[in-house]
Amino acid sequence: MKTLKSKILLNEKVLNNIYKLVIEFNSEIDEIKPGQFFMLKTLDNSFLLPRPISVNDANENTVTFLYRVEGIGTTQICKLREKEEIQAVGSLGNGFNLNELNGKIAVVGGGIGIAPLLYLTKKLGNNADVYLGYKDCVYYNEEFEKYANSVTVITEDGSSGKKGYVTDYINYENYDAVVTCGPEIMMFKISDGCKAKNVSCYMSLERRMACGLGACLGCTVETKIGNKRACKDGPVFLSEELLI
Amino acid sequence: MADLKVKAMGMQFKNPILTASGTFGFGEEFSEFYDLSLLGGICSKGLTLNSKPGNTGIRVWETPMGLINSIGLQNPGVDRFITEELPKMKSYKTKVIANLGGNTEQEYLTGIEKLNNTDVDLIELNISCPNVKCGGMAFGIKSEVAFEIVSKVKSACQKPLMVKLSPNAENIAEMAVACEEAGADSISLINTIKAMAIDIKKRKAVFDNVYAGLSGPCVKPVALRMVHEVCKAVKVPVCGLGGIMSAEDAIEFIMAGATLIQIGTGNFIKPNIAIDIINGIEEFMDKNNIKTLDEIRGII
Ligand SMILES: Cc1cc2nc3c(=O)[nH]c(=O)nc-3n(C[C@H](O)[C@H](O)[C@H](O)COP(=O)(O)OP(=O)(O)OC[C@H]3O[C@@H](n4cnc5c(N)ncnc54)[C@H](O)[C@@H]3O)c2cc1C
Ligand SMILES: Cc1cc2nc3c(=O)[nH]c(=O)nc-3n(C[C@H](O)[C@H](O)[C@H](O)COP(=O)(O)O)c2cc1C
Ligand code: FES
Repeated sequence: MKTLKSKILLNEKVLNNIYKLVIEFNSEIDEIKPGQFFMLKTLDNSFLLPRPISVNDANENTVTFLYRVEGIGTTQICKLREKEEIQAVGSLGNGFNLNELNGKIAVVGGGIGIAPLLYLTKKLGNNADVYLGYKDCVYYNEEFEKYANSVTVITEDGSSGKKGYVTDYINYENYDAVVTCGPEIMMFKISDGCKAKNVSCYMSLERRMACGLGACLGCTVETKIGNKRACKDGPVFLSEELLI
Repeated sequence: MADLKVKAMGMQFKNPILTASGTFGFGEEFSEFYDLSLLGGICSKGLTLNSKPGNTGIRVWETPMGLINSIGLQNPGVDRFITEELPKMKSYKTKVIANLGGNTEQEYLTGIEKLNNTDVDLIELNISCPNVKCGGMAFGIKSEVAFEIVSKVKSACQKPLMVKLSPNAENIAEMAVACEEAGADSISLINTIKAMAIDIKKRKAVFDNVYAGLSGPCVKPVALRMVHEVCKAVKVPVCGLGGIMSAEDAIEFIMAGATLIQIGTGNFIKPNIAIDIINGIEEFMDKNNIKTLDEIRGII
C-alpha cells in the first residue's frame, strides 16, 4: 500500500536552511527504492499542493528526508514538530534501477541534489565513488562516508575540500555508469562528459508537480519516445533518452 | 441510514461524487489509494479525436489556494482511449464518463461516432478548455455558437450527453439554456477560469501560451454562484464543480441545486479526498436526519 499520513519523529535544522525530517509509518508500506520521493504537506491549509521531496534514507518503518527551505511550502513544513502528523504520500516515482548499476559507479550530487543520493549510495554497498558539490557550506558529507568507497567534496569558493565545480573532478572513463542529481546545468555537463566517453548517465530530474501520481500531466519531460511524466515515469531518466 | 444514490439521465449513480476530467487520469493512479468502485463515476482525461502532445513550457503553477494549469489536452486520442484505457476504466465498476474536446465540428462528430459503439456510460462534451489555441473554449463563449455545436453533436450521439460549460461564457445562464434547448441531457460547470501569472524575475509570462486555467478552492465561490444561476435557469440535471475540497463544499453545491458533483484539483491535494467527501456527506445526512439528497437539493 501507499501511505497517506505519518507521524513525525524528528524535524530539525542541519545547517542554515537545510532540514532533516524523519517520519514513521504504523502500517506496512511498499518497499522504497532509492530515487523515489514522497509528496509532503502539512495537514492544515497553509498551502495547497503537496511538495515533492526525495527519500534520503529509509529503514523498515521510517523514512528520512533532507530538504532546503525555499518558499511557503517548505517554510510551513519546517515548523512541524515531533509527534505531529504530516501528510506524506508515497513512495512515488520509478527510482534508480539497481540492476542497471553494475561495475564502477560514480554518484554526483550538487547542492540539495545530494538528498536522494545517500540512500542510493547505501544500496550500492560501499562501491560508489561519491562527488559532492556545494556553493560554500558543506553538509551531510560525513553521512556519505559511511556507505561510499570514496567521497570527494568540492566547493565553488574552495572553503572546504577541493575548489571549483564537481564536473572538474570526474574522470568519466573510470566508470561504468554515472548517477547524478542537482542543478540541470551540472547534470547536463555530466551527461555530455559521459557521452564523450560512452558511459551511461542516469539523472534525477525536477519538474513542477501538482499530483505527483501521474494523473495531471503537469510534469512533462520530453524524451525521444514522446512526453513522459517526471513523477511516474521518472524522476530518474537515462540521459540519452532525453530531448532536452 | 442516509441514501446517497442519485438518479439522473436515466441512470442510477451510487452517489453524487464523480472525479473531474484531467485531474484523475483514467483512474489507474488512484486505484493504489482506494477502491474506485466507491465513486459515483470517473470522467476521463479530456480526449480529442487524434492524440495530442499538450503544451510546451511550464504546465502547473500554484497561486494562493489555487492552481493554474496549461496542460493543453495531452491525451492518447479517442481510438487508443477505447482500446487501452476504457477496458480498465470499466473494470472499476463505476460510471465511466468520456470527456470529449475538439477543435472543429467534424472532430467532435467523428469522436462521438466512435464513442457511440463503446460501453462508455455518458459523454461529457468539453466546449470549455481554455488551453488549446482554436476551438475548445471558442465553442463555449457565445450561446449561439454553443447551440449549433451541441445540436449537431446531440443528433449524432447515442449516449446521454452532458455539456461542460466554461465560466468564461458571456452569460452563464443563457449559455446553459442554449445547451438545454440544443438537447443536452445535463450541464456540468465550471471548467477552469482563464488566468495568467508573470515571473517578475524573468520578466516573462509563466506559461508559453500566456493564459491558462485557474482551479482549486479560490474559484469555489464563483463556481457556486454560477451553478446556482444555471440550476435556476434549466430543468436538466446540473453537475457542479469548482474548488470542492470537503463534504461541506459539496453540500453547498447540492443546496444550490446540483444533482451531481465533481472533484477536480482536490484529488491532487489528497489522493483519497473523494472518499472523504462521500463519507462526510453521509455523516452530515445522518446527523441531520436527511434520508435522501432530494430533501436538500436546490433549497436555496
Ligand atoms: C522528484 C523531486 C524530488 C525533490 N526532492 C527534494 C529533496 O529531497 N529536497 C529538497 O530540498 N527539495 C527537493 N525537491 C524540490 C522541492 O520539491 C522544492 O524545493 C519545493 O517544492 C519548493 O516548495 P516551496 O513551497 O518551499 O517553494 P515555492 O517556490 O513557494 O513553491 C511554489 C510551487 O512551486 C513548486 N516548486 C518550487 N520549486 C520547485 C522545484 N525545484 N522543483 C519542483 N517544484 C518546485 C512547489 O512544489 C510549489 O508547487 C524535489 C523536487 C522534485 C520534483
Ligand atoms: C491539471 C488539470 C487538467 C484539466 N484537464 C481537463 C480536461 O482535460 N478536460 C476538462 O473538461 N476539464 C479539465 N480540467 C478542468 C477540471 O475538470 C475542472 O473543471 C476544474 O479544474 C474546476 O474544478 P476544481 O476546482 O475542482 O479543479 C482540468 C483541470 C486541471 C487542474
Ligand atoms: S505531477 Fe501530476 S502527472 Fe506528474
